[in-house]
Amino acid sequence: MRIGVPKEIHPGERRVATTPEAAEAIQKLGFTVVIESGAGDAANFSDAAYREAGVEIIEEPKILWASSDIVLKVRPPETHPELCVDEVELLREGGCLISFIWPAQNKALMERLAANHATVLAMDSVPRISRAQKLDALSSMANIAGYRAIIEASQHFGRFFTGQITAAGKIPPAKILVIGAGVAGLAAIGTAKGLGAIVRAFDTRPEVKEQIQSMDAEFLELDFEEEGTGVGGYAKVMSKEFIKAEMDLFARQAMEVDIIVTTALIPGKPAPKLITEGMVESMKDGSVIVDLAAEQGGNCALTEPNKVVVKHGVILIGYTDLPSRLPTQSSQLYATNLRHLLTELCPEKNGEINVNMDDEVIRGTTVIKNGTVTWPPPALKISATAPASAAEKQPAPAVEKKSFLPKPVKALLPIVLGGLALFGLGLVAPPSFMAHFTVFVLACFVGYMVIWNVTPSLHTPLMSVTNAISSIIVIGALIQVSAPVLLITALAGIAILITSINITGGFAVTQRMLQMFRK
Amino acid sequence: MSAGLVTVSYIGATILFVLALGGLSHQETSRRGNLYGIIGMTIAVLATVLSAAVTSYSILIIAMLIGGTIGFRLAMKVQMTQMPELVAILHSLVGLAAVLVGFANFMDPAAIFVGVEKTIHEIELYLGVLIGAVTFSGSVIAFGKLSAKISGKPLILPARHWLNLALLILAIWLGKLFLDATEHGEGLIPLILMTIIALAFGVHMVMAIGGADMPVVISMLNSYSGWAAAATGFMLSNDLLIVTGALVGSSGAILSYIMCRAMNRSFLAVIAGGFGTGTGTHVTAPGAAGEVIAIDAEEAANLLDAAKNVMIVPGYGMAVAQAQHAVYEITKLLRDKGANVRFGIHPVAGRMPGHMNVLLAEAKVPYDIVFEMDEVNEDFPDTDVSIVVGANDIVNPSAQEDPNSPIAGMPVLEVWKGKSTIVLKRSMASGYAGIDNPLFFKENTRMLFGDAKNSLEAVLRVLAT
Repeated sequence: MRIGVPKEIHPGERRVATTPEAAEAIQKLGFTVVIESGAGDAANFSDAAYREAGVEIIEEPKILWASSDIVLKVRPPETHPELCVDEVELLREGGCLISFIWPAQNKALMERLAANHATVLAMDSVPRISRAQKLDALSSMANIAGYRAIIEASQHFGRFFTGQITAAGKIPPAKILVIGAGVAGLAAIGTAKGLGAIVRAFDTRPEVKEQIQSMDAEFLELDFEEEGTGVGGYAKVMSKEFIKAEMDLFARQAMEVDIIVTTALIPGKPAPKLITEGMVESMKDGSVIVDLAAEQGGNCALTEPNKVVVKHGVILIGYTDLPSRLPTQSSQLYATNLRHLLTELCPEKNGEINVNMDDEVIRGTTVIKNGTVTWPPPALKISATAPASAAEKQPAPAVEKKSFLPKPVKALLPIVLGGLALFGLGLVAPPSFMAHFTVFVLACFVGYMVIWNVTPSLHTPLMSVTNAISSIIVIGALIQVSAPVLLITALAGIAILITSINITGGFAVTQRMLQMFRK
Repeated sequence: MSAGLVTVSYIGATILFVLALGGLSHQETSRRGNLYGIIGMTIAVLATVLSAAVTSYSILIIAMLIGGTIGFRLAMKVQMTQMPELVAILHSLVGLAAVLVGFANFMDPAAIFVGVEKTIHEIELYLGVLIGAVTFSGSVIAFGKLSAKISGKPLILPARHWLNLALLILAIWLGKLFLDATEHGEGLIPLILMTIIALAFGVHMVMAIGGADMPVVISMLNSYSGWAAAATGFMLSNDLLIVTGALVGSSGAILSYIMCRAMNRSFLAVIAGGFGTGTGTHVTAPGAAGEVIAIDAEEAANLLDAAKNVMIVPGYGMAVAQAQHAVYEITKLLRDKGANVRFGIHPVAGRMPGHMNVLLAEAKVPYDIVFEMDEVNEDFPDTDVSIVVGANDIVNPSAQEDPNSPIAGMPVLEVWKGKSTIVLKRSMASGYAGIDNPLFFKENTRMLFGDAKNSLEAVLRVLAT
């Protein structure tokens, strides 16, 4: 099948849906890849680089769309500014489109795509299960957005992030509050920590506490009991009391911190308003707020989408295209996500895709199949921590075998038996035997004491040296070799021969091994 | 040489043997310890040869020369990965010698005892031959299994416990016949029959034991070879043999105990046969279902490059793939880059006690970065990358997490507590215990499939550039 990658047409969009590297891997699955001329320019992938990877370059977008069985894109289809025609129309009838779709927000688009008998896989609908992590484009983009949010903040913030003691005086480190510790929030925390800032973070989901603390950031806690984890590991809408407690916390923090990064989103709902105008006012002049939820209405009341504005002396950054501002990186990750999806779709590596609706991952991602809308998918209710906590609640039942004998009797039994055996031996054995027996028992004890001191790393040499020493049995053979009976001499001779193998072999190999142990 | 001088020499040899074993308590004193052992053995042999009991020297010298040459060549030629085989075959020689000496002693007309002393002497002789024969055949089978000449799978005969019991009763009955024999030479037939039974018993016992239980078997045979020597010592009324046999016997017994404890299994359970035969069920650990994340050498190298604390956990797979030299090269490179590289050794890793240590020492890994399981298990949370080279059951979290697992309670190296783990493995096959390993499905585990040596060499090439 032929895969086409058109140039993105959304104003300001600099990403591209495949990279030369990913295209090469996709071709290994048996697909042919074509790309519109200049599609990768903004992300620093030249036509020449694609050509080198075996990708055909097509000048005319119309031809590209018409000749492709599968089209890979970043943004949802929209009206082409030069051709004045909708991309949905360009898609060949019954073709396959893989891109971000946002089916909940784009009902009309979905209907038009369905009318075109298309098969559409939405990269924003990849189910949140561990098997699908490698094709989770939302996480890849959120990671970049989180990083870029801190970079944007640092550009507009008038001070260092890290604290320093200089000859001219002490510089305090910047204090950053990150609200919402999803992928973007954690990326922001990591980036800010890397620059040396003091980072605090808040999230309604208690299970992210450990993740935040593992990044050396402070987890702000409310004195309030409410589980904030919704379906699929995302956050849910909280109760009124909770929100009030939360807002009090933010109000206190706003007075203290220099930079606030908000990433709070609830799937399918407008972004919660967390930073009020009053809080913005209470912040120090020159403080920065980066609102990653600007596209969904913003977490801050004063954010204006796609703009940087200054209000009450605070710089409010409302960019909605943060991933696109790191085009090379985000194209690379997005292209890799797409490649993984294609690998799932094409398990036979024969260049044909199989939209297998029994596969959980493919089922969730497919929003239209052959013109039938299949969105939303049946609910998948797996939260990252649920099985773990269930497992914790089951303490390992102590398996203890019941014994017929009570414990003290069981412990004493071997001693009693041993004592009786010794007693019996003492009754019948002659003194000559008892002398040897004394030596034997004492030697066992000496052995016991000495062997426990042997370091476990020398257990192999211990075995080979004890093996050599146990050949002391050669003495028995030596004594008998001079016996007048030929058979005895022969037996003894063989015994001497084999024990000699053992003596020299054992000692020599031990020496060889011990030579190897060095510091 | 007078009898007094011989006895004094034997005392000297005994002390030197104890010192030899004592020297093994540390690497630095170990070579001197081995030297003590050699001196002790030389003294003992010379004193015996020069004593009044030995009058003809030709056979003796020829046998010793031939044997010594063979032994020396074996020792110099053997690969370190083949150490378990060598030790097994050497054990068999001790067993065989005990049998031969026992028979020779039985036929010796000079040995005349009466009354209780005769009974005791005959019991000693009988026991010496019995233990020797079991050691011999058991070791030969162990050798066969270790060198893959015989399948490593446990051979489970129907009603094998009853079979063993029958063999034991038969041996006791033959023993009674042997003791009842009054005339000289009359006991020979029961003695020979018993030897055959003991040989069969040794074969049957080791055949029923699977590959990864070999550390226990080797230690046990080590112990038996000691008891065989001790029994021979009683028979000959020779204290040197008794003491040495007891030393070796208790050494092997302690090693068996350590190995059993490391697998959380009782000695009898190991001897009685393979894993899971008691319950007969194949248990899937919870959470084992899922997807593994496979990586290639380049990604593995990137992980290692960024790591400050690295722990390497080797297993039998490292020996099979002969990967220890590649492991060392990577260790050296990472250490030169300033990473803290350590090795965590499980007591039963490999096919004999201390097997991994010897392999690593052969590859020139310094012994002060090689640690026992208990020494490093608490450090895993601070470990950036753990590399598991050809190990499986000894890093299986279900030993701790799943009380129904066949290996529940077995101490394991807690690699999954580290930040990330790279597992080198040929395929997704389960380990010796035949259970799934949830480690492979953990989020922070990466699988590097392929032959361990090739994989590590590929990682090394990326690291070196």
